[in-house]
Amino acid sequence: MIQMPAVKADSIFKKYKKVQALNGVSLEVGEGEIFGIIGPDGAGKSTLFRILTTLILADEGKATVNGFDVVKEYRSIRECVGYMPGRFSLYQDLTVEENLTFFATVFRTTIEENYELIKDIYVQIEPFKTRRAGALSGGMKQKLALCCALIHKPTVLFLDEPTTGVDPVSRKEFWGMLKRLKKQGIAILVSTPYMDEASLCDRIALIQNGQFLKTDTPQNIVREFGTVLWSVRSNQMSKLLIDLRNYEAVDTCFAFGDTHHITFKNVPPLEQDLNEYLQSLGHKSLFIKPIEANVEDCFMRLSGKTLQS
Amino acid sequence: MSKRDPILMPDNTVILAKDLTKMYGDFTAVDHISFEIKKGEIFGFLGANGAGKTTAMRMLCGLSKSTSGQAWVAGYDINRQSEYIKRRIGYMSQKFALYEDLEVWENIRMYAGIYGVPDREIAPRTDELLHRLGFESEKKTLVKSLPLGWKQKLSFSVAIFHNPSIVFLDEPTGGVDPATRRQFWELIYQAADRGITVFVTTHYMDEAEYCDRVSIMVDGRIDALDSPGNLKKAFNAKNMDEVFHQLARGARRKA
Repeated sequence: MIQMPAVKADSIFKKYKKVQALNGVSLEVGEGEIFGIIGPDGAGKSTLFRILTTLILADEGKATVNGFDVVKEYRSIRECVGYMPGRFSLYQDLTVEENLTFFATVFRTTIEENYELIKDIYVQIEPFKTRRAGALSGGMKQKLALCCALIHKPTVLFLDEPTTGVDPVSRKEFWGMLKRLKKQGIAILVSTPYMDEASLCDRIALIQNGQFLKTDTPQNIVREFGTVLWSVRSNQMSKLLIDLRNYEAVDTCFAFGDTHHITFKNVPPLEQDLNEYLQSLGHKSLFIKPIEANVEDCFMRLSGKTLQS
Repeated sequence: MSKRDPILMPDNTVILAKDLTKMYGDFTAVDHISFEIKKGEIFGFLGANGAGKTTAMRMLCGLSKSTSGQAWVAGYDINRQSEYIKRRIGYMSQKFALYEDLEVWENIRMYAGIYGVPDREIAPRTDELLHRLGFESEKKTLVKSLPLGWKQKLSFSVAIFHNPSIVFLDEPTGGVDPATRRQFWELIYQAADRGITVFVTTHYMDEAEYCDRVSIMVDGRIDALDSPGNLKKAFNAKNMDEVFHQLARGARRKA
């Protein structure tokens, strides 16, 4: 028997008035896979989530979730998916416990019945179970929303930017929770604008302007960067950025934390030539070294290419 | 000292906080924080959600009073001279956007007017700004039809149009693509080079590296304050992300 993908989308198009929100997007997510959709605001992430969760209709293309068609069998899909929208959408005037009970009841179940699944997460917010959802902090709202999306034991989870605006420590915690859900066989489709979260996914799609720039494992995406990436540092980082961009052989140059990442045009110069050029402009403590690209480098390279073409 | 006179602060200090504290009932949101920020400095104000960053920033902007402790911003006392502070600072956050139904130049015109930029200066400086940003062709575009990255760049430029001493940026780069995020930081550098002090919060740890100095708040306190280089050395960390994790992991307040 061929295993059916948990989510399958085939050339999805969607237009809002003048804006082509999705421009032919295809993907397949397997059981127990964490699939990340990574890209900036306005790239089309939420539109794709809304189509797959049967909230809006695509203009063109076919999609299935657990084998059910998103148009004809939308009712069956709503039974078996969990969805956490980008904007907090629980009932602000209900307490933590009331919200959770509400979602359980809507899906004809109880908190007790599926407690195992949410236990790890729920114990963290249980001390506040009589607090109104509107009065929770950002991190706690996020955990409650995840519990509510899980309470009916979905087989596919759609998380639309669950970590946006959340600090790095809470983000790491949240990804730990996803890892544990994955082990239970739940397929997870998650979107994020944070490129550093890419490495936590099994596979990712980089999205911009309604199109996937690339879909693959994070490791393969990084491996296929396509050119050598160099890291350059000096004692004057702000000036270094300008001086590097003025250097004839430099193709791209971006600030990356405490270093600048550069790529060269067709023929890379000798490292020594670059070194001498920068020294002649007064740079000291120079550090020039080829390094491995990260997903953010890849995103910029791929999106730069589509802009030019 | 009259109510409108700024105090004289030591050499080029633009923000001075001494044991600044804010309590809500029994809860100490900001717990005796002290620091000094110099003219033209890019100061990163980091901390986990709920650590007290927003509360501290609201006090420094003159929007709320301290329970105890003091602070001076651009020479003015945050508790007694907050109206003068508001004129001397710029503020931008992801949420505080421009007016979507006004054109680009109308947004600039309006903010410039509010902040008292002389009328005859507004038009030429608007053109000069749009030229510098490469936005000339968008002068008469409605803000709502601009891409997010452009809105953020414009929003920042509007926040410093009246040449404030300090600009407060509350997570200014959330959600934009990586290339735009970097262009945005280049605007920040330019502003700092012109002598504007930049006070910025962010959840992107690579951006913490672009700051001259960084403070990290944990449970209302400032638990670390230094240049990114020194912090990395002190915490034996390879980047600011590690420094942040080491400090914020010890937090007792749950976000």
